[in-house]
Amino acid sequence: MTVAAYATLRENLARRDRSLREKVMSLEDAVSFVRDGDCVGIGGSTMSRTPMGLIWALIRAGRTKLSCARSIVSSDGDLLFASGASDHIITSWFSQGILWGVSKVMRHHVETGKAQYEEWSHLAVGMRFRAGAMGVPFMPIRSMLGSGVLAQRPEAAEMICPFTQEKVLLVPALNPDVALIHVQRADAYGNAQIDGLPFMDIDLAMAANRVILTTERIVSNDQIRRAPDHTKIPFFAVDAVVELPFGSAPHECYGVYEPMLRHMEYYVGLANGDPVNGMREYLDRYVYGPESWTAFLDLIGLDQLLTAARAGRSVDDA
Amino acid sequence: MTTLSAPPAVSAAELLAILSARQLRDGQVVFAGVGIPLLAATLAQRTRCPGLTILFEGGVIGAFIEPGRLPPSTNDQRCTTRANMVLGSAEVLLLLQRGYVDVGFMGGAQIDQFGNLNSSFIGDPAHPKTRLPGTGGGNDIASLTSMIVAMKHEKRRFVEHVDFITSPGWFDGYGSRRERGLPMGGMFRVVTDLAVFGFDADTRRMKVVALNPCVTREQVQDNTGFELVFDRETAVTEPPTPQELAALRELDPGRQYIA
Repeated sequence: MTVAAYATLRENLARRDRSLREKVMSLEDAVSFVRDGDCVGIGGSTMSRTPMGLIWALIRAGRTKLSCARSIVSSDGDLLFASGASDHIITSWFSQGILWGVSKVMRHHVETGKAQYEEWSHLAVGMRFRAGAMGVPFMPIRSMLGSGVLAQRPEAAEMICPFTQEKVLLVPALNPDVALIHVQRADAYGNAQIDGLPFMDIDLAMAANRVILTTERIVSNDQIRRAPDHTKIPFFAVDAVVELPFGSAPHECYGVYEPMLRHMEYYVGLANGDPVNGMREYLDRYVYGPESWTAFLDLIGLDQLLTAARAGRSVDDA
Repeated sequence: MTTLSAPPAVSAAELLAILSARQLRDGQVVFAGVGIPLLAATLAQRTRCPGLTILFEGGVIGAFIEPGRLPPSTNDQRCTTRANMVLGSAEVLLLLQRGYVDVGFMGGAQIDQFGNLNSSFIGDPAHPKTRLPGTGGGNDIASLTSMIVAMKHEKRRFVEHVDFITSPGWFDGYGSRRERGLPMGGMFRVVTDLAVFGFDADTRRMKVVALNPCVTREQVQDNTGFELVFDRETAVTEPPTPQELAALRELDPGRQYIA
């Protein structure tokens, strides 16, 4: 792992078409922005606002050797490892969710050496994206020092602060080749509004060299302009916009739907029951099988989607 | 409804939640992990500590979890109900670094005599027998503030030396946090289904603060993989009150975390 030279970072940005233009495209066209071997930043956290539709499409497109970075990884990491799309995940926590113990899929791939789980503290992941977003090569932090987590990470460097003579840890900037982010609404230009928890998505978007958005709804630019305080990612950082309702399923999207827990429980039963054959069955049935994202949602089932949507909208009740 | 389905005895998880909730003080700012810590912090807020401010690493300040709607992680929309503020995950973790958090509160998989926690590897990290989920915000919380840990008491979990330090306690004793660049915070309390532990002020070795009701010194020592420090007189914790138990069961009627 190396930190890009500043000149390279600027050249990559200068080459992008940042004009005010419509960027709406199909899911399949959007994932053509991702190349084998890319470093892919994934938005959301755990089971929240995961860009599942994009991950699903990347796997179907047969991408391989992706390095994926995310604040906290859930079943998205299982799918990336088991499909062969990724052999390297950079994160702070990797399992399906605390309700289900340790992911047998993560364990199988890491313990057999098929794939790497590169562990950083949660703050360190955030500050790596932050440094990338700021156009600086590192950020100093005060955690991880002295731990086994740091001992495993030669990419970080301890430093004595020149002003205070205190020990700090420098974590290297992370500028993914491409970021995958799911939001509640965006306009055709890519102005993206996020409701609820933003996680690390703003830093991730500004750090990445390309940004692909999926959105629950495409809205007019007028609607964006009526509430510019809700806009978290500006259009000129965005390269593709895909309208994808339930684009985080079976995970949640704040204010729109909660996780489809019955589907998750079914999935975890298969995955942790047999991390090889169970995952093959799931991938065949739910990723390679359906002809479209809508057909995938159909397999999850209307009952689960409606239950999740009813719970999702309950944020307005309090 | 809860009284009909509630089992008569107190489960180990219920005891953990109630005893660790008692470690919190009204007016504190607590950074809570998912599971028992979230439940215990919410219990404290609903009983003795109405002025407790709960933070979640998903990016929540002033959480107020609804009974029966416990979130499956600290990153879900259920964590934001009636909160004062939502913010980025890096931003909420930076509150620890800046010093706004009085106490961190999390679960543990493996702990040693100096309160170091392992949630990364069982066995040699180069060729692990088991790869565990990892730190999440645990390392940040343990590095930057005082910590309360709630965990099941088993000999294989209470070891002399952890296989790997994911979240630092007192490393190898007095002064060793500061030497490594962590001048603030440190392990304060460990709450288990057998006892409540602190750390000796001089050696920073784990010490019994109080035994749980009906538990003997021998039982605690027999279930621990290193020699514990005891005072000559050891206090005994008051058993859970019916009020605490009722409040807890109301929070988790589906027994998601207290089974």
